Amino acid sequence: MSLLAFFGWLGDTPWSVGLHESQYAYSIIESVHVWTMAFFFGLVVMFDLRLLGWTLRTVPVGEVVVRLVPWTIAAFVLMVISGTLLFYAIPLRSFQNIFFRFKMILLVLAGLNVWLFHSRVYPKFAVRSVEGVPPKRVRIAGAVSLTLWIAIIVSGRMIAYNWFDCDRQPQAAIINFLTSCIPEAVN
Amino acid sequence: MDLLAFFQWCYDTPLGETIRNSTWLFPAIEAVHLLGLGLTIGSVLLVELRLLGVGLSRQPVAQLAASAEPLLIGGIILMFMTGIPLFLSESIKAFYSFAFWIKMTCLFLVLIFTFTIRRRVTRTNEATERPRLGRVMVITSLTLWFGVAWGGRWIGFS
Repeated sequence: MSLLAFFGWLGDTPWSVGLHESQYAYSIIESVHVWTMAFFFGLVVMFDLRLLGWTLRTVPVGEVVVRLVPWTIAAFVLMVISGTLLFYAIPLRSFQNIFFRFKMILLVLAGLNVWLFHSRVYPKFAVRSVEGVPPKRVRIAGAVSLTLWIAIIVSGRMIAYNWFDCDRQPQAAIINFLTSCIPEAVN
Repeated sequence: MDLLAFFQWCYDTPLGETIRNSTWLFPAIEAVHLLGLGLTIGSVLLVELRLLGVGLSRQPVAQLAASAEPLLIGGIILMFMTGIPLFLSESIKAFYSFAFWIKMTCLFLVLIFTFTIRRRVTRTNEATERPRLGRVMVITSLTLWFGVAWGGRWIGFS
């Protein structure tokens, strides 16, 4: 079964239809997604600004890592759960949405950045107890994270728009390629 | 001039009309508005978590609040700078939207609360000795900010 067929099938399951057609459930989940995003992104911004040395300079980086990361993880889990439900409500359309795809790629990159920071940068530079402005590699990790999360939120917001949707033809060939859209199959 | 006439005037402003007639402007400004919300909530949370005795709990409340304040004000300014153009573009819809009025009420209250009571309490380390006061403040602040965020999102659904 192709991914397209799979997400088409998923969208026809009773729970997906129910979510999609519900008067309030979808909006409530969407609100939870936005609220947890603000919680998560807000703390990530504080964290990244600390890595950049722009704020909280008197607080050691290690303390920020130990004390704030658990909260970002908790918010991230809620965000993934609500996000998965939003996807489940409209699977095929989301899967073919160019902004959704872009967002997923950026999420992988952000995950990679988190992994690199915690496995390579953070232990190597021994910034745990350092106050003030961290070394350059740490600042770069903060800047990359901030840039990626901003781009993730912007692209996430844009998923709502159907400018490049498969059922809106004609589109440029490159758009149809990027959204795995076969216009003949739609019309 | 009654309120609806004022909203109509807002709706007719050149900026409002420009945003309405553009495909990209509204979403683009909206996205920056969301980033402003994140910045605001983050800088609020930094202090609220501390007031609950978690997060950066080794830091004095007053010092954290002082570090967070420029970011908080920055976030609020960013939200106003983007929120006002968004409002101008759909002020008539906003006028008839229940969520919009909830949001404005919560926003009005939370701004007053933040820059009077909350600022005064977090300027000293008073809340550390009075954890109940801290908790009440956190609940007030987060409930009102939740109302702002919820109302804002819900305007789009109505």
